[in-house]
Amino acid sequence: MHAPVVTTGRDLRLDLFRGIALWLIYLDHIPSNVVSWITIRNFGFSDATEIFIFISGFTAAFVYGRAMRERGLVVSGARIMRRAWQIYVAHIFLFAIYMAEISYVATSFDNPLYAEEMNILDFLKQPDVTIVQAMLLKFKPVNMDVLPLYIILLLWFPPILWLLQRGPTLALGASLALYVATWYFGWNLPAYPDGNWVFNPFAWQLLFVFGAWCALGGARRLAPILQSNLTLALAVLYLGFAFVIALSWYLPEQAIVPHSLEHLIYPIDKTNLDVLRFAHFLALAILTVRFVPRTWPMLNSPLLYPAILCGQHSLEVFCLGVFLAFAGHFALVEISGAFWMQVVISVLGIVAMIGTAALVTWYKSLEGRGPGSRKKPPDADVAGAEA
Amino acid sequence: MRTHIVIALAASLAGGQALAVDPPSCAVPDNLLFMDNTLTRVTAAVSKERRLAAVVLGTGSSTLTGVDGPNQAYPARLGQALGQMLPNVAVRVASRTQGGQTADIMRRSMKDLLSDEKPNLVIWQTGTVDAIRRVEVDEFRVALETGVESLHAAGADVILMNMQYSPRTESMIAVAPYGDEMRAVAEQRGVPLFDRFAIMRYWADEGAFDFYAAGRNNDLALRVHDCLGRALASLIVGAGHLQAFVNKSGR
Repeated sequence: MHAPVVTTGRDLRLDLFRGIALWLIYLDHIPSNVVSWITIRNFGFSDATEIFIFISGFTAAFVYGRAMRERGLVVSGARIMRRAWQIYVAHIFLFAIYMAEISYVATSFDNPLYAEEMNILDFLKQPDVTIVQAMLLKFKPVNMDVLPLYIILLLWFPPILWLLQRGPTLALGASLALYVATWYFGWNLPAYPDGNWVFNPFAWQLLFVFGAWCALGGARRLAPILQSNLTLALAVLYLGFAFVIALSWYLPEQAIVPHSLEHLIYPIDKTNLDVLRFAHFLALAILTVRFVPRTWPMLNSPLLYPAILCGQHSLEVFCLGVFLAFAGHFALVEISGAFWMQVVISVLGIVAMIGTAALVTWYKSLEGRGPGSRKKPPDADVAGAEA
Repeated sequence: MRTHIVIALAASLAGGQALAVDPPSCAVPDNLLFMDNTLTRVTAAVSKERRLAAVVLGTGSSTLTGVDGPNQAYPARLGQALGQMLPNVAVRVASRTQGGQTADIMRRSMKDLLSDEKPNLVIWQTGTVDAIRRVEVDEFRVALETGVESLHAAGADVILMNMQYSPRTESMIAVAPYGDEMRAVAEQRGVPLFDRFAIMRYWADEGAFDFYAAGRNNDLALRVHDCLGRALASLIVGAGHLQAFVNKSGR
């Protein structure tokens, strides 16, 4: 199981934390799952989505940035477009699975108590509209919002990357300006049948571009700030504050949070990447880079290898996670929803994700593209350097 | 499968006689039912005028199908339970329900409701349609806030009622963000929340009901609505401080 880890200068911490983020997203996606109590969203403002998007921006810049330097804008741009296409196809595949599940429920379960809830099936009555809306990324079932966000982020990534390499500060400034303008003007993409995108790409791009900016030298420039004890103290204080607020969500009878503060911080807007969420992610990241150095010996230990493996094949593992969350919920409904069953489903799902990541590694090694092979020059598709 | 085991157990434990008198207990623990928020307008109307005019403003899950549906759905059960508990109070519970309405659509209909019914209590059941249609959570909250404000301004107390616990559709309808907003608005505006989701969840955990049951059998829906109506009546009596008016012999 424990294969030699790629050493193309890639930061294994990225794979590790993206892998863990994928597990947490899976656990959070299973409704009423006891195990999801351990995920970070219950201890503060941000959740695994922030980690996933930041690291995706970081690795995208790392991988396609090199391609852009070596091969130019057109070639790297074309690779980014191919990646966006792969993600689109994966999203549509997930949609097909969702359709299968929902159609099954529609025909097998028809209790008068839930006549209203069954309206979720209404779109089956007009597939001519909804399937087209799904393909346009406007109709998105529950838990299927991250990949469309990722597609949009990649679609406009080539010019951003180009700018990041010439004027990184300018690029980050432009991204921040778009974020601020989005909050000010209320921009978002429309969704079907109502409202807007659950993850507003105009807001969430900030995290993606920030990740890319860090990958292209920004992290080095920030190093003095990141290493200062004052920064650390502020980060710890903020995480503590967020923890107390999060505690108040679960102890509503205790009035921990004064009303004036509630007025100030709520709502914590996930759709538009609330500043409180962004800051919470930053504080987590500051703590992480401080206490988990790049040369951390544990990164090469077999204990963390499964998470790293999952992080290296994020698209496959993410899609599998969405599917497994459906399947896991289905098993909880059809077989048993007992506590032990929730634990079993959670563990089995993560094991399946690890197994799939190992399988993908094996396939890629067959094609001479894996970590063990040097036949092809390292590029965007190398297993260890996948955006 | 589980259904049958649970029912068999319940039957063998309870014995035929008890079962006939008292259907499976759907009592709700106080901490699930009551918050600190009170219904002052209800208290005033009942103590001064011996009158309680309540309206259920809701969507599909406040109704039952069938000829006798309107009499069996929880608004009617609530009216009956309140009438028994408060024999010396003129209790009227009207039901203004229409399927497919988002909170915002319902908010717009409040003006008519207030002038038609002149209620001193509105039980506002909402959230499910918004969750199905994935209405922006922001918009949902604004609709709740303005709705509660206009009801208060017209002299009516408000109870917010959230979604049903529906295990089968949990992975298709993300109700949690909408439930969170309802709880937040209830706390901020000082109105009681009838946490239908948590209550039904509790019943499921206690084995009182099996919400996984499939099929067109209406029995489950009838019993759940009866229990919801009675729990809601307890909430109104508690949050409205109406204990002094409760018919002691009937309880």
